[in-house]
Amino acid sequence: MKGSSSHVTAKNGGTGRKASPWRLLSLLGPALTTVLVLFGGGLVLGLLQALGYLPAIGFSTIGLEHFGHVLQDPDFGKSLILTLYIATTSTLVAAVVSVLLALSLIRWAADSRTIHFILQVPLTVPHLVIAISVILLLAPAGLFSRLFSALAIIKSPAEFPLLINDGWGIGILAVYIWKEIPFITFMLLSVLKNMGTELLEAGATLNASTMQRFTHIILPIIAPSLGAACLIVFAFTFGAFEVPFLLGRTYPLVLPVWAYKNYSDIDLLARPEGIAIGLIIAAIVIISIVLSQIFLHFGRKRGLTI
Amino acid sequence: MKMQRWILFFSVLLSVLFPFLPLVLWSMSERWFYPGLLPQSFGPRAWSYVFGTAGSQLLTGLSASFSLALVTTIVSLILGIPAGRALGLYDFPGKKLVSLLLILPIIVPPLSISMGLHFWFIQLRLAETFIGVVLIHLSFCLPYTIFVIWGVFTDYNPDFEEQARSLGAAPMKIILQVMLPMIFPGITVAALFSFLLSWSQYLSTLIIGGGKMLTLPILLFSLMDSGDRPVAAAVSLVFILPAFLALMGSAHSLGRSGLQGVR
Repeated sequence: MKGSSSHVTAKNGGTGRKASPWRLLSLLGPALTTVLVLFGGGLVLGLLQALGYLPAIGFSTIGLEHFGHVLQDPDFGKSLILTLYIATTSTLVAAVVSVLLALSLIRWAADSRTIHFILQVPLTVPHLVIAISVILLLAPAGLFSRLFSALAIIKSPAEFPLLINDGWGIGILAVYIWKEIPFITFMLLSVLKNMGTELLEAGATLNASTMQRFTHIILPIIAPSLGAACLIVFAFTFGAFEVPFLLGRTYPLVLPVWAYKNYSDIDLLARPEGIAIGLIIAAIVIISIVLSQIFLHFGRKRGLTI
Repeated sequence: MKMQRWILFFSVLLSVLFPFLPLVLWSMSERWFYPGLLPQSFGPRAWSYVFGTAGSQLLTGLSASFSLALVTTIVSLILGIPAGRALGLYDFPGKKLVSLLLILPIIVPPLSISMGLHFWFIQLRLAETFIGVVLIHLSFCLPYTIFVIWGVFTDYNPDFEEQARSLGAAPMKIILQVMLPMIFPGITVAALFSFLLSWSQYLSTLIIGGGKMLTLPILLFSLMDSGDRPVAAAVSLVFILPAFLALMGSAHSLGRSGLQGVR
């Protein structure tokens, strides 16, 4: 599936084929209407509710007070920083490991179907299952704690460092990194396979060091795919609920968990605030993607390669 | 070279398989007190609970998850194949805008959309229904499906259809005997994508389904709350099995790049 590598980078280069507007409408219409109604509808109706417009329960004035409450809450800053920290760290670590893994795979095991098959297994495993596995591994009485105890490094579970429900989100990061490495690696592999070896051989002929070959040949070629994969991973980890809900601390909460906590509160007045947090999450994700696109665009214009 | 290949192979194998070890051990343990590295006694308690006492509950969860994922996938394909074909084959003004409209639901978390739609779904009596949950899953499964099929059709040569037509084949026959066989591997990937996305959804199902749609992820969450680790481990293994079987089954037709891009 060569084509699916370009999820975020819009397919450039025309196809040279035209179709009548009616034909296009009949092909695209049903799907686009569905997406527009469900996704656009969700955003617009959510915004109305977050602005306080809920005629069914007697609120029909529009105002920014719910957004104001959320943004002025001292917990908002803490939640935002925690969420950004988790999304950025897991994306960066997964990206670095994926680049190394993809390069090693191309070099030493490009023809091995078995290894490619094994690497696909994590793609099919839901985050929730890995979160449960990480609890069983890293909890104070988990498998690692037992191992250290067997090796007489620690004497009781209390001596084992806190790795889940901890301040650094180690457990959360472990789940995301395990899940996202294969995802990014496969995106990179499809590009690296098409690259061939000619450029690298040319580099070697010109006496380029391994590092030079990496920064001047490989990195520019994989950059668009790597960037796209990282954006998808960042957006996902920024807005995901299950893993930080199970493995995070009760305070501060990541933004998605905080949003749902408000939304499901028995106090109906907290509900619009939950929706407001949900929309803030959506806005941050969209803005970070737009900014990175602008950054990449200007970077390319100035002749930078990344 | 040989050496590095084996090191790579075993480190990948070990890192991939390692998280399954505690799940398998816990699901088979009868008594496992700290600091035992292995359970003090193995036994089928968790598995007999899962398939015996809680068997009907698990079956309900399996069938709820499976039917949701299946219907979402079928609708995604029916709507997504024509859309992907239009995007892959033709140039038209506004194509960039369409791709933006399709990227947004992929990056914006389902949480934001589900909370917005919930109130509206209550009014339309779609909340707590099967159709309501399918609709919320469609909001992100359909854009994903369209992207995969878009990729498939950029490599597609429609001239074959033209030849079939000039030989007198009916439009339906062209779709079934020319187009579908050619795009079949791509369709498999798109279907797997959509199925897995829907299969592993938790929060959007919970918000729109309101506890009425007891899918496997929702069962798993309540099991984790109850603290019965052996049973939670056993259900986790049941939860990953269908996706794993689908991967095994499709490995042949997918070829090497396989599930690339699955979230």
